[in-house]
Amino acid sequence: MIALSDFLILGALLFSLSVLGIFINRKNIIILLMCIELMLLAVNLNFIAFSHYSGDIAGQIFVFFILTVAAAEAAIGLAILVVLFRNLNTINVSDLDRLKG
Amino acid sequence: MMSEVVNMSFAIPELFLLTMACIILLVVAFFKQSGAKLAYILSQITMVTAALLVYFAIAGDEGLAFSDSYIKDGLSNILKIAIFLINTAVLMYSTSYLKARDLFKGEYYVLAVFATLGMSVMVSAHHFLTLYLGLELMSLCLYAMVAMHRDSKTATEAAMKYFILGALASGMLLYGMSIVYGATGSLALSTIASAIQVGDLNNTVLSFGLVFIVIGVAFKLGAVPFHMWLPDVYEGAPTAMTLFIATTPKLAAFAMMIRLLVEGLGELQPYWQDMLIMLAVLSITLGNVVAIAQTNLKRMLAYSTISHVGFILLGVISGTGSGYAGSLFYALTYTLMTLAAFGIIILMSRRGFEAEEIDDYKGLSKKQPWYALMTLIVMFSMAGIPPLVGFYAKLAVIKSIVDVGLLSVAVWVVLMSVIGAFYYLRVIKVMYFDSVTEEHEVDAPADMQLMVSTNTIAILALGIFPGSLMALCVSVFL
Repeated sequence: MIALSDFLILGALLFSLSVLGIFINRKNIIILLMCIELMLLAVNLNFIAFSHYSGDIAGQIFVFFILTVAAAEAAIGLAILVVLFRNLNTINVSDLDRLKG
Repeated sequence: MMSEVVNMSFAIPELFLLTMACIILLVVAFFKQSGAKLAYILSQITMVTAALLVYFAIAGDEGLAFSDSYIKDGLSNILKIAIFLINTAVLMYSTSYLKARDLFKGEYYVLAVFATLGMSVMVSAHHFLTLYLGLELMSLCLYAMVAMHRDSKTATEAAMKYFILGALASGMLLYGMSIVYGATGSLALSTIASAIQVGDLNNTVLSFGLVFIVIGVAFKLGAVPFHMWLPDVYEGAPTAMTLFIATTPKLAAFAMMIRLLVEGLGELQPYWQDMLIMLAVLSITLGNVVAIAQTNLKRMLAYSTISHVGFILLGVISGTGSGYAGSLFYALTYTLMTLAAFGIIILMSRRGFEAEEIDDYKGLSKKQPWYALMTLIVMFSMAGIPPLVGFYAKLAVIKSIVDVGLLSVAVWVVLMSVIGAFYYLRVIKVMYFDSVTEEHEVDAPADMQLMVSTNTIAILALGIFPGSLMALCVSVFL
């Protein structure tokens, strides 16, 4: 029997991995987008695990919404990426230095 | 307190906005030539009508609807009306900007109305799901809006940064929500609040979730150390889009903070109070100090926004009704001041010339004495000099933290706002005492000029008579 804590640890691991990916990665914006997706999936895992073990269906409904919104978010992200590539001819994160931040 | 009745009347402004957004979308798709103009007129009508719909429903019954996921109360009423009315001004300002730069397209208005719908849902959300959907609807529209100037390198770069950090913030917020859901077994904020009140929950788990929620909210508001996106987006985006991002989304984020931290997790106040103190003090310090070094006016206003966000947090820190009222008052007046400040930047810019650098304002008082005076009022108000409205806003929030005994924080904050006064005064010095280098022609349409003046005079009038707005804010949190 898999315990709730196992799911939560997996979720936390995936989540930390994605956050690390966003901050460490200096090469490729597509990897950033993948990290964002992974982050949302880690959250989904959390929701499903809690929902299953507490017998409350609401968490699983929430997951459907997160998945849908994640799809829309990916669409917007990729669209911005295409525009960015057309302007800068690169998708290298370290080339995004026109603004000082 | 499960309300089974589906009370549609609570969501009438949102339903109206949704319908109009779809209509505007169709209009833009079918009328190639005059689409943008029609979209502009329709979106203005939409904003004003939506504000009226909220206004006439104020007297109606309040409470939760849609299985406790939606709320209509004093806070939602006042914030919705403010959002809709301020957005009419925002649309007017940005139209004059967009027209002068061949960016006058219908898509802007579609995105603006959808973003407004998102904000409106956020303001009324009383459930993690509605809150998240409103937040995403608003954010996704804003990302697209920043990227609308497709040929500009800085705008697309700003859009990418905004997107990545915004998505990261949503992820953090969601992770926090999932933990709180696990600890309390519910997604509705009212049920969560009562579950925490009853007790026997694991406080470690709850505060773990709370940390992520606070981070998510801080990201959306732009509080230090989660402010990285703000200066870049403000500077990189076309001024019309910066204006949109800088004003009403802050009101929606404020509502989100109140709903989550005060109404949902109010019992955990000792936990979030310390986190917010750190965020507020860091924001006010960094915002004011770094703003001094800026030469770009938009970037300077971005850092000034960061420090204003710190002040908005101060009132929430106090955890008292008068503190929340002070924060609400601050958020509303901050929006009004930012609207005027960016309105003036748009007014002074024209085709081929962006009045973005502080040096572009050299000697403005000789060529355009009226608008120099307007800028002076806005800058004085932002610095918090009486009798302008910015002073009362700062007074209200600082008083609220003094009342709960956080004296050292109050002293530090006052000290920092004195330092902050320097960069606002520098703009005024440049305008009044430097020799003229620019033409300073104003070729904005008359409605825009009138609106900027009205906007600024409102800041002055509210500063002289802050009583009624303050009373309104206080009545929300009674």
